[in-house]
Amino acid sequence: MRRALVIPLLSAIFLAVFLSSCGKKQEETTVKIGVILPLTGLQSTFGQSVRKGVELALEEINRAGGILGKQVECIIEDDESKSDEAQTVAMKLITKDKVHLIIGEVVSSSTLAIAPLCQRYKIPLITPSATNVDVTKTGDFVFRTCFIDDFQGSALARFAIENLKSKRAAILKDVKSDYSLGLASAFANTFKEMGGEIVNEQAYTAGDTDFRTQLTSIKASDPDLIFIPGYYTEVGLIIRQARELSIKAMLLGGDGWDSPKLIEIAGANAEGTYYGTHFSPVEKEPRVQEFVSAFKKKYNEEPDALAALGYDTLRLVADAIKRAGTTDSEKVKEQLASTTNFPGVTGDITIDENRNAQKPIVILKIEQQKPIYFATIKP
Amino acid sequence: MNIFIQQLVNGLAWGGIYALISIGYTMVYGVMQLINFAHGDVFMAGAFAGLVVANLLPNKTSFPSVVLVFLSAMLFSTFLGILIERFGYRSLWRKKAPRLSLLIVAVSISLLLENGGLFIFGAAPRSFPQIIPLKNYSVGGILFTNLQLLIILTSLFLMGILHIIVMRTKMGRAMRAVAEDSEMSALLGIPRERILSFTFALGSSLAGIAGVMVALYTPQINPLMGLLPGLKAFVAAVLGGIGSIPGAMLGGFVLGEAETLVSAYLSSSYRDLFAFLVLILILLFRPQGLLGKGVVEKI
Repeated sequence: MRRALVIPLLSAIFLAVFLSSCGKKQEETTVKIGVILPLTGLQSTFGQSVRKGVELALEEINRAGGILGKQVECIIEDDESKSDEAQTVAMKLITKDKVHLIIGEVVSSSTLAIAPLCQRYKIPLITPSATNVDVTKTGDFVFRTCFIDDFQGSALARFAIENLKSKRAAILKDVKSDYSLGLASAFANTFKEMGGEIVNEQAYTAGDTDFRTQLTSIKASDPDLIFIPGYYTEVGLIIRQARELSIKAMLLGGDGWDSPKLIEIAGANAEGTYYGTHFSPVEKEPRVQEFVSAFKKKYNEEPDALAALGYDTLRLVADAIKRAGTTDSEKVKEQLASTTNFPGVTGDITIDENRNAQKPIVILKIEQQKPIYFATIKP
Repeated sequence: MNIFIQQLVNGLAWGGIYALISIGYTMVYGVMQLINFAHGDVFMAGAFAGLVVANLLPNKTSFPSVVLVFLSAMLFSTFLGILIERFGYRSLWRKKAPRLSLLIVAVSISLLLENGGLFIFGAAPRSFPQIIPLKNYSVGGILFTNLQLLIILTSLFLMGILHIIVMRTKMGRAMRAVAEDSEMSALLGIPRERILSFTFALGSSLAGIAGVMVALYTPQINPLMGLLPGLKAFVAAVLGGIGSIPGAMLGGFVLGEAETLVSAYLSSSYRDLFAFLVLILILLFRPQGLLGKGVVEKI
């Protein structure tokens, strides 16, 4: 009885899938790009920002006539900020929608989950913002358009020595975060190589709220700069408590600082601190200003770093497909790998031999409760 | 040497806070033989009551509004403490339920308050408005802020008042009598349940004030902030000798200082580890605590 029902049902499903995939193959009039983002769940603010950037780029590309005479179609999938869900939607995009390329994910853990799939099915994967070193080590089909933690740490050390003339630095890192530890060790290595001295290294744990003990020790070793590679929640409190203990040293951090919340928490104490990030909406460069005004027109808000990365990623992909002259994944992959000096709004992007983006870091300085553009550190 | 003293000053503020919270544990244990694990969350509720009131006030930094924030936190947590006792523990207590049931209720109330807080305020940390503008003082190279001073002085002052209440008033005498022998005190006409209620109110009001002080000191609060300080205050109470008020104060200050020194001279990652190591060692080698005697007059 039961089996009698199952077999026709299954064959019906197979037939439906078969017919629909046949149908799609015949009318391949668009360039299909899958986008996997955390649109809901824990990282939803990141996912939403990237989606806005991608959709703005899509609109511009299609208005200019698309790629290879075809319109571009983005199939955007939500993985609910879960890496197993990311794998499910990646399989769907590859096998059912037959996309030519996938953009995603936003965070490193989910990107690491889908990278082996894309490698196996030979679909190029390009992530706008996963900074973990291992992501692109998966294989030659995996790329990224952001810088990696190692690069960011050492670029910030160069900035500390060359621009801020720092000689004695202290580090206060979050022992619970790979991001923070990676940045801290890259910073320390470059700082020492360039003749600086790390005078003190202290640790905290994400979720702590009182850092006076560590800061008192740091103060005793009299550094001229404190490097704090962490996320804005704790960093805001650290900045505040450092100034309370009348620590005069310069304070420097990475893209984990990049949130209006930081200034809200630290208040006036954040004055004169520096951090590195991917993008600044106040940079004077014309292509940045064009992007910012187009973004404001469409969404009625300022683009953040992730929106800019999403925008750059789709445009870089379109450029690579254009150069390849085909949507064949092997050829697109080769063109992605040989991208040099692509003019993005997050700086000129060059893909290196490890498929990571070589690009400048923007340094912002907080002045009068606002991050302002301070410098660009070239790779 | 300066740095060492500076670290001691940093530790003193946390010591005062732990002491204030641990008094609540110790008093409730004294009269009821119950570890009220919801006590840390009463501390959290006090901080949030302070936040709500502080956000409503137009002129946050004026003296009356500071007093109002402290007062409302104290009243709210007192009220919460009385509610917990009345609806959580009293009927079990009347029925002479096993102490395990009371403990389970305590843990449930704690989870209820935490998740209720998450439901109302969300998980994202809230920054507490700076209702007391910060001032730095320096004495012989040792820095301290008006907040640290406020925390230490307020906690010492409140403990002084508590001492007077327990030792000099009729209510305090009744509390001590219930702690000494609950059955006998009931036979002699002491309204036992009213005393219980009073004990909860007193302990919770101190926790509420501690909540606002932490909120001002760090200055960031979230619905789970009561968990760790609550457990540590419990450790402090055991360290000093549970049931003993001077013991709770001593335990609080010792734990605050010890934690600060551990994190200053070893690593901050060992801070929490150390606190609970202390608990285990004390229970192994001196279960009655530092100031506890074999059989102690509790409260």
